[in-house]
Amino acid sequence: MFDGWLLSLIIWVPIFGGAAVLAVGARSPQAVRALATAVAGLTFLLTLVLWIGFDPGAGMQFVEKRSWVPSFDIHYHLGVDGISMPLVVLTAFATLLVVVAAWRGIEYRLAQYMGAFLIMEGLMVGVFAALDAILFYVFWEAMLVPMFLLIGIWGGTNRIYATIKFFLYTFLGSVLMLIAFLYLRWQAESFGVLDFHGLGLPFEAQILIFLALLAAFAVKVPMWPVHTWLPDAHTEAPTGGSVILAAITLKMGAYGFLRFALPIAPEASQELAWLVIAMSLIAIVYIGLVAMVQEDMKRLIAYSSIAHMGFATLGFFVVFQAGLTSASGGDGGLLAMTGGYVQLISHGFISAALFLCVGVLYDRMHTRNISDYGGVVNRMPIFAAFFVVFAMANAGLPGTSGFVGEFMVILGSYQASFWYAAIAGLTLIVGAAYSLWLVKRVVFGPVANERVDQLRDLDGRELLLLGVLAVAVIGLGVYPAVLIEVAEPTLVALLEDVSAMLSLAAAR
Amino acid sequence: MDPVLVEWVLYAIVLLPLIAALIAGIGGPWIGRVGAHRVTIGGVGLATVLSFWVLYAQVWGGAAPLDITVYTWATVGNLSFEIGFLVDRLTAVMMATVTFVALMVHIYTIGYMHDDPGYQRFFSYIALFTFAMLMLVMANNLLQLFFAWEAVGLVSYLLIGFWYTRESAIFANLKAFLVNRVGDLGLLLGIAVLASAFGTLHYGELFAAVAEAPDQTLNLFGAAEWSLITVACVLIFIGCMGKSAQVPLHVWLPDSMEGPTPISALIHAATMVTAGIFLVARLSPLFELSTVALTVVLVVGALTAFFMGLIGLVQNDIKRVVAYSTLSQLGYMVAALGVSAYAAGVYHLFTHAFFKALLFLAAGSVIIALHHEQDMRKMGGLAKYLPITYITMLIGTLALIGFPGFSGFFSKEAVIAAVGYSAGGWATFAYWLLVLGVFVTALYSFRLLFMVFHGEERMDAHAREHLHESPRVVTIPLLLLAVPSVLIGLLTFGPMVIGDFFKVDGSIQVLATEHGLAYLAAGYTGVLGFIGHAFATPVPYLAFAGFLTAWLLYIKRPEWRPRVVAPLAPLQRLLEHKYGFDWLYVQGAAGGGRALARGLTLVGERWIIDGALVNGSARLIGRAAAGVRQLQTGYLYHYAFIMVIGVLLLITLFVVRTVLA
Repeated sequence: MFDGWLLSLIIWVPIFGGAAVLAVGARSPQAVRALATAVAGLTFLLTLVLWIGFDPGAGMQFVEKRSWVPSFDIHYHLGVDGISMPLVVLTAFATLLVVVAAWRGIEYRLAQYMGAFLIMEGLMVGVFAALDAILFYVFWEAMLVPMFLLIGIWGGTNRIYATIKFFLYTFLGSVLMLIAFLYLRWQAESFGVLDFHGLGLPFEAQILIFLALLAAFAVKVPMWPVHTWLPDAHTEAPTGGSVILAAITLKMGAYGFLRFALPIAPEASQELAWLVIAMSLIAIVYIGLVAMVQEDMKRLIAYSSIAHMGFATLGFFVVFQAGLTSASGGDGGLLAMTGGYVQLISHGFISAALFLCVGVLYDRMHTRNISDYGGVVNRMPIFAAFFVVFAMANAGLPGTSGFVGEFMVILGSYQASFWYAAIAGLTLIVGAAYSLWLVKRVVFGPVANERVDQLRDLDGRELLLLGVLAVAVIGLGVYPAVLIEVAEPTLVALLEDVSAMLSLAAAR
Repeated sequence: MDPVLVEWVLYAIVLLPLIAALIAGIGGPWIGRVGAHRVTIGGVGLATVLSFWVLYAQVWGGAAPLDITVYTWATVGNLSFEIGFLVDRLTAVMMATVTFVALMVHIYTIGYMHDDPGYQRFFSYIALFTFAMLMLVMANNLLQLFFAWEAVGLVSYLLIGFWYTRESAIFANLKAFLVNRVGDLGLLLGIAVLASAFGTLHYGELFAAVAEAPDQTLNLFGAAEWSLITVACVLIFIGCMGKSAQVPLHVWLPDSMEGPTPISALIHAATMVTAGIFLVARLSPLFELSTVALTVVLVVGALTAFFMGLIGLVQNDIKRVVAYSTLSQLGYMVAALGVSAYAAGVYHLFTHAFFKALLFLAAGSVIIALHHEQDMRKMGGLAKYLPITYITMLIGTLALIGFPGFSGFFSKEAVIAAVGYSAGGWATFAYWLLVLGVFVTALYSFRLLFMVFHGEERMDAHAREHLHESPRVVTIPLLLLAVPSVLIGLLTFGPMVIGDFFKVDGSIQVLATEHGLAYLAAGYTGVLGFIGHAFATPVPYLAFAGFLTAWLLYIKRPEWRPRVVAPLAPLQRLLEHKYGFDWLYVQGAAGGGRALARGLTLVGERWIIDGALVNGSARLIGRAAAGVRQLQTGYLYHYAFIMVIGVLLLITLFVVRTVLA
């Protein structure tokens, strides 16, 4: 069904829909809500069509290629494989959540708020679907603008500092990426991302390209030590902004490693894997500890996000030491990479849920300080149940999606080194400590003060949002095969390609 | 006709409690209190009946062990992760024990939680626990075991913190979860070792693969080679130490008494805490291959058995005495595993489940009678007010101390004998700890009994007026648990421990032919002979000495107590501080961790990364810009002046160079 159009529809329906929402403007908040929800819902349905039509074994599909700037050989070139398709679905899912969440709580410039999210949705899908480096770059940078506005306009008190930090940080990395693309264009005589793969570049060139890409992607993930923009951005962002930031934007960096860094610079990736592994392990342990003592709920969850993304990057780069293919003994590499990938999707659900939970509290109390809460369960038992579920998922409890990725990454990285597994495994303790200590201080205990005493429990809309996320988190935890079956063939192919390129290089 | 195990029975056994839990949990407000207990008791009751049928089919019906896959959780490369059931005799015994005790606790809860506003929630949790515990014992692979292992931990967390407004309860549940997580890290790494070495987590396949290549090694530090099986077994045992509360990961169990008493009986005495014992028994083909791992198991178990029992002597909270007793008895079970007497360890688990659940529930009956008073110093002389509670608690106590003929006698005697018959210095060391532990057990048990039920009535007048025996929903479970506490040993000891009960279907595998239980079996002439034989060992005399000491100090000559205790004051202080473990963990580990985290946040995040690097580079650029900006004043005469200077300098340069040339 509309094979050659589907991805374009998923990109442009929300962008034009967002423009339409802007056009409706301040005239009727009711109409804005209805229209925005309809657009987000339609887009989500389109991604479901994409999912149903997707064939895990068929490699790149739903490909569209049209000439865009012929003089520079730039194409409007789209397509998805097992790595990008689930991320596209996740993007549409998260946007729909955010739009529904914004029905209430956003009074100021509602149309612009909704419009920004819808336009950003299209751009984010573009990032995951683009197969032309310049097209990718355009989406990648354009996406910053709505996020910049979201934090800058609807953010908290310190929003200006946060937006500038966010923008400059990500922009700096991206410029280096652009330079790498220009070099690759010269080598491959094309801007096609897939043409960049397997160029057999000289080792020194690979190192430079890898470092440039690392600068772009590590900032986006974010990895230690270039992570400090994230807690600031999260604390200042409105709830919806935090959800999208955590659920989708962070995934772009991780996606970049899989789509660009590993296949374009395999030798450099192998050579510098130790660096990324070290940064990931530091993220897991050090950032986990830092998360524990945060006094602001959103900061705590932001730090916990960084720690969780450490599992994704650990999984992606430990493959070089854990065995790239089954032939090289064991499935350590594939396990680690699959685990890292599952972690991306799972973290999308869990972090979205946690930020929505904080939003629920913030809408009522207008504070994010942990110490302003206590005993919320007495007045909001249903909310408390959800909060405990998501905190447990954040702590990686089996049966929730949080367990799947961490488990596989630990199992896989054990095949590289016992100590990688042991250090990463510390998250079992640290992750539980920051998640459950948060629960203890916010949810449990006697009613802490009068304002907590006056809290009312979830309304129907909030119940729906958190309920859907709980189903996703538990569903993926109990039956992760549904995701793994889609992504695994692509990941296997990626590992085989990387392995083949490395053997070629070794033979040279 | 031979009974055939059909799969739907197994599905029903696990799903009935789960569905009941969901109905009671989500539909609680609609179905009401009575609806909640009806639906969960119905679900668990049916599961109990079916579990007994499974036990019957396994043991008497001669059904073969059943090993089925329910669904594939995920497949990655050649590694397949599955959810499935393995039902052999070991599992069948566990299923029957778990469901029976769970059912008793469900019924008892109707009385115990009668006035609690969280009634439906409580029933939902305990039914959910029953589901998780069944998944644990019925698993046919280590992944599912880990799932259930964490799930029972989750329910335990929720139930310890059931009264969530109590600061002590929400401290205790966090502590329990985190201490367990330390153990879980070990278990998870152990699973990783096995998965990567043998490519499967399915028990049967794993044991076969291990048997083929038992001598693998791995490097942990530098080039030193470690036996892979030993490393895996020790790591897995660390998990068992967390869940089964062995020293030094035992600290959470006494605090877990913050939860309502029914769950202390069900989770923190009869079932969940025995999961570690079950796991070692289940993995007997692995542990058999590692003498080192078994020795670790033995020593940890024996230390726990003796030293935790000692702490029980100085506790004044009725539940905490029973809790330390549980720790000590878990130590006995673990010690038995350490000398390959898996059958004895599991058998002690089995009898202990009945009499310890009984003791907890009886303690709970006392607590309700006194309106939630738990301090034994405010009790005394209750026997005449609570006759059924008294009789059943006496039966539980006799079973616990190993009164000849009671169930606990057989199981504990088997454990001690098996350790005693084992060779080696560690076995001797463990043997004496276990034997001395018998004295301690009798002493704290009768101390409790005398302080609560005998002697002077120390409760206040108001409490005394309202004293009456608990309702039948409370006493009937007590009576039903008292029956197996007395009889189960006489009936089952011979076949289950001496005979080949667990061996015939390969539930438990012992490699050595000469081990403690084999010696025990060689000299076995029936239960009466076994009882008679026991009197040739110090064990019954020590138990009697313990009883006598308690009787002297608490009934006959209470005035002697200060004189006995005075010289032991340092020991008493040590015991009251629980050897300092709590202090070490709370101040050292948790406090240290928080201090470290605060330091990292301040120095690493705020000063170095954000302060020096991020904002520092921003400031640097700002300063450089400020410097350069000085040149851009916007005044034409400044630019003209600089231009003139420049031109003059160039001319000078030109002139100088020409002159020099």
